[in-house]
Formats: sequence, C-alpha cells, structure tokens
Amino acid sequence: MTTITTGRTSHVIADSVTMLNRNLLHMIRYPGLSVFTIAGPVVILLLLVFVFGGTLGAGLPGVDPAGGRAAYLSYVMPGILAITIAGTAGGTATTVAMDMADGITARFRTMAISRAAVLAGHVLGNAIQAVIAVALVLLVGILIGFRPTAGPLAWLGAAGLVALFAYAISWIGVAMGIEAKSVETASNLPLILMLLPLLGSGFVPTGSMPAWLEWFAAYQPFTPVIETIRGLLLGTPLGWTPLIALAWCLVLSVIGYVWSKALYERKSVRA
Amino acid sequence: MYAIDIQGLRKSYGTKVVLDDVNLTVAAGTVTALLGPNGAGKTTSVHILSTLIRPDAGSVRVSGCDVVHDPDGVRATIGLTGQFSAVDKLLTGEENLMLMARLRHLGAKGSKGSKARVAELLEQFDLIEAARKPLATYSGGMQRRLDLAMTLVDAPRVIFLDEPTTGLDPRSRHTMWNIVRGLVADGTTVLLTTQNLDEADELAHRIAVLDGGRIVAEGTPDELKRLVPGGHLRLRFADVASLTTAAALLDRSTRDDAGLTLSVPTDGGVSAVRSVLNRLDAAGLTADDLSIHSPDLDDVFFALSGRVDSKGPLS
Repeated sequence: MTTITTGRTSHVIADSVTMLNRNLLHMIRYPGLSVFTIAGPVVILLLLVFVFGGTLGAGLPGVDPAGGRAAYLSYVMPGILAITIAGTAGGTATTVAMDMADGITARFRTMAISRAAVLAGHVLGNAIQAVIAVALVLLVGILIGFRPTAGPLAWLGAAGLVALFAYAISWIGVAMGIEAKSVETASNLPLILMLLPLLGSGFVPTGSMPAWLEWFAAYQPFTPVIETIRGLLLGTPLGWTPLIALAWCLVLSVIGYVWSKALYERKSVRA
Repeated sequence: MYAIDIQGLRKSYGTKVVLDDVNLTVAAGTVTALLGPNGAGKTTSVHILSTLIRPDAGSVRVSGCDVVHDPDGVRATIGLTGQFSAVDKLLTGEENLMLMARLRHLGAKGSKGSKARVAELLEQFDLIEAARKPLATYSGGMQRRLDLAMTLVDAPRVIFLDEPTTGLDPRSRHTMWNIVRGLVADGTTVLLTTQNLDEADELAHRIAVLDGGRIVAEGTPDELKRLVPGGHLRLRFADVASLTTAAALLDRSTRDDAGLTLSVPTDGGVSAVRSVLNRLDAAGLTADDLSIHSPDLDDVFFALSGRVDSKGPLS
C-alpha cells in the first residue's frame, strides 16, 4: 500500500489541474454566473460615476469642483476592482454548495484523491475568473475615461496583487460554500464581503467617516489592497500598505483553507 | 482473507444509536445484500465502509485495509454508488467518465488508456447515444447507469451499492441487476443495500438482515426463507355468516371480522388454491375477493424480530 500512498502525493498537482479543468468547463458552459460577476460591478461603477460622481468627486480633498466626475472615477476605480473580486466569492460559494448537494463531493471523498486538490480546483477556477472579471471591469473604466499613470512594473505589481487577493477571497468563498446549509443560502453569505470595500477607502476617503468607523476602515483587509492598487495605478503614496495587503492575502488564504478543510470532512455526507 | 470484515461496529449520533455491535464478513468475489427498512443503519454502514464517516468503535477492514488507519488504502480499492446521484450535472456523460478516469489516473490526460476505458463503459452501459448530451436530458435510469459506470472506471475490487434500484422502473431495475451479475462474474465483491427481498434474492449469495442497528439474521437466501412463514390466501366474504361457515370449513385459518376476511396458510401453489376453492364451492360459499400473499420483507421482519405488529415499524 505504500506505493499507492507515495503515488498519491505526486498526484496532488495533476488532480488539482483536473479539478480546475472541470470548473473552467462549468464556467464556459454556463456563463451566467460569470456574466453576473462582471455586470454587477460595471453597473455600480456607471451609477457611482455618472449619477453620484459629480458631487462625490467635488467633495474629495484638493479637487477642483468643476472636474469632480473625472476625479471621482479616478478615485473609485480601485474600490470597484476590489468589489469585483469580492463579488466572485458568491459564485464560488454557489458552485461549491451545488457540488455538496449533488453528492459528487461525497464521491470525490471515497476516491484516493487529495482533499486539497478538490478544493484547489474551485479556488483556482474562481481566482482565474476573478482576474478576468477585474480586467474587463478595468477596461470599461478606461473606456469611460479612467487614465492610470502606471509604468509596466507597477502594472505587473497591480496584476499580481489582484491575482493574490482573488486567490485569498476564493478560499473564503469555498469555505462559505461548504458552511452554507443550502445552495440558496450559499450565495448570501459572501455578500458580507461585498460590503467591506464600502466600509473602507474604496468609495470615499476614510477621513470623512466617524472615528470608530475610520478605525475599522483603516485596519480591515480591503483598505490596504485598495490603497496599494491605487498607489500602483495612480502613483499615490504607498508606504507600508503593499506589505499589509500581502499579509492580509496570506491570512485570508490560511483562514479559508483551514476553515474549508475542517468543514469538508464533516459536511460532505448527507446522512 | 475477507474482502469486507466488520467486527463490533458501533456508531451513534448523539444519543441515537445507529449501529449497535454489527459483525459481518463478505468473502471476496461474492454478493452480500444488507436488507433492512429505512433507518435500519444500511446507509450508515456503507458510509463507514467507504470512509465517508468514521466508526465510533469496532474494526472495519476493506481489502485488508482499516477504514480509520488506512483510508486511502481502502479508497484505492473501492467504488461507491449511493442513493443520491453523484454525477456532475453540468457536464455530459462522457465528460463525467473522463473526469473519473483522470482522477483515477488511468494514464495521462486524453491518453489512449482512459479514452478506451470510457468508450468501453459507454457501450457496456448503453450510453453511447447520450454520451455527448448534457445530463439534464438523461432519464433516472440513465443517470443511475452513468453513476455506476463512473464508479467502475478503474474496476474497483469492492463495490458498495446503496439501494441501487430505488426509484427505477422495472426495465431499468433488471438492467441494473444484469450489470451487478456481470460484475460478480468478473470477480468483484459487491455489498448492496436494499429494502426489497426480491432484489436480495435475485442477486445475493448471502443476505444480512439489519434492523435497528443490529444484524438480526444472516445466511443464504434459502436459509432465510426457511425462517419466514409461508404465504397465505386471503378471502373476503360478503357477510359474517359466510365468514363463520368458511372459517369452520378451513383448517388453521384466521378470521378478521372487521374486514370480513379469512387468512388461510398455503404454499401459494395452484393445487392448494384449487383445493380451498373446491371446499368453499362444495359448501355453497363464494368469496367476494381472493388474493395470494407471498412472503415479503414484512414477513421476514415479523419472523426475525418477533414483533407482534410487523407493519408498524416498517411504515
């Protein structure tokens, strides 16, 4: 039996790729969820910029009220990208919950494949989807006048952070999908994640918030991620924020991974 | 060595005891049916055997591997087809089988090994026409066949079938039975759970009757049938007077005044039925209704658990 055990370890990557292919095939064949993850943030972006943007932009510190709309588009874009990533967690949670309900998860568990591979397939699939969604939302932003000032290296850095953050959020989404009692509730739990960019520096500067909220906004995971993307794309001061953002990605990934693995063993059987 | 060896298995959820000291062995290459009503612990047993849940106590070994200490060893030799379909409904039948082939590592992605095996299974399970169609278009029987085909991708040595024919129409049920017979002919060990005595009788070399978390009887189908009382004829009469006359006429009969029915023990053979009818005829009696009652699961439980009301716990 030792040969089987050692053989299995070397199969973790192959199994993860197989599971990833399965999830990508789902996305291609049933694009509804993917379209929704892009359409949602685009609608929010257009609303914020064209309906509220003039007034909100004029209120930003050091902005000429006449150029409010353009200034607000510039300010809000990193927050919109973060909310795009947060939004994909709902899709992950839903697909994971569907697998649990269908009994295919139980089948995977009776097979000699790594538990991590099954979950990693969901995580990687969703992270890829999130990166594509971010790219498309960013494209819409550029079409309506968003003008990043980043050089190639800064672009690369921003892309890297988006990918890492998408990976971290996907692990949380997977855990929420396993935690959910049904497919219906699975899509609700991750809505909490979509609130977080609003309670941070994504849409208005945190300085304009009440002190207690400002404190929360400064320390929650989305703020450093948004600030780092803003710094990289628009050249605002970075300071330590990239390190804090990376630390949050790591922490969220570990929480999501441990949470998912602990639940997976217990919850994938229908008694 | 037994293919399946269960000793002193216990499992409870909170204060509810699901399995209470279950002992069962299955010889390699044979079919054993775990027969029992809903809630007897059949599915829990199968879930423990297939490493989905852990036993509280006892030793459970499959193909010589302990389910607690070497679950991956067990997983490498088993296949499970459960009561609930474990298929990917967003993929086609062929893609589902390919997915299993890859996860079972039948050669590299798209290699000849896995493709050939998938094609073979599609043909064997009569799924060639539907192979590239989405699962939404599959009937219940087709989904169940695909489910089983997915279990068989790498020809597991031990297969667990949890109520494999529940909800299937008679034709699909017979197809499933033939598939199971084919598996056993190839030397596979099968443990199947069922509520259906016919099914156990058709397929199994041995039957273990599980009731309330305990094995209450175990043996070959013939051995078990000997424990079960024979069938009976049920006659219904128009009035109490006819019932009384008939009851006096027929030996060992039991009457039910409320239903105006009379039960007469019989082997169910034609000559026995004819003799009863002839005697009624001779006395100038006519039964309004006649039914032949063969021994069924209810009778097995009645006999084995010694319950006064055999219907009660089953419904």
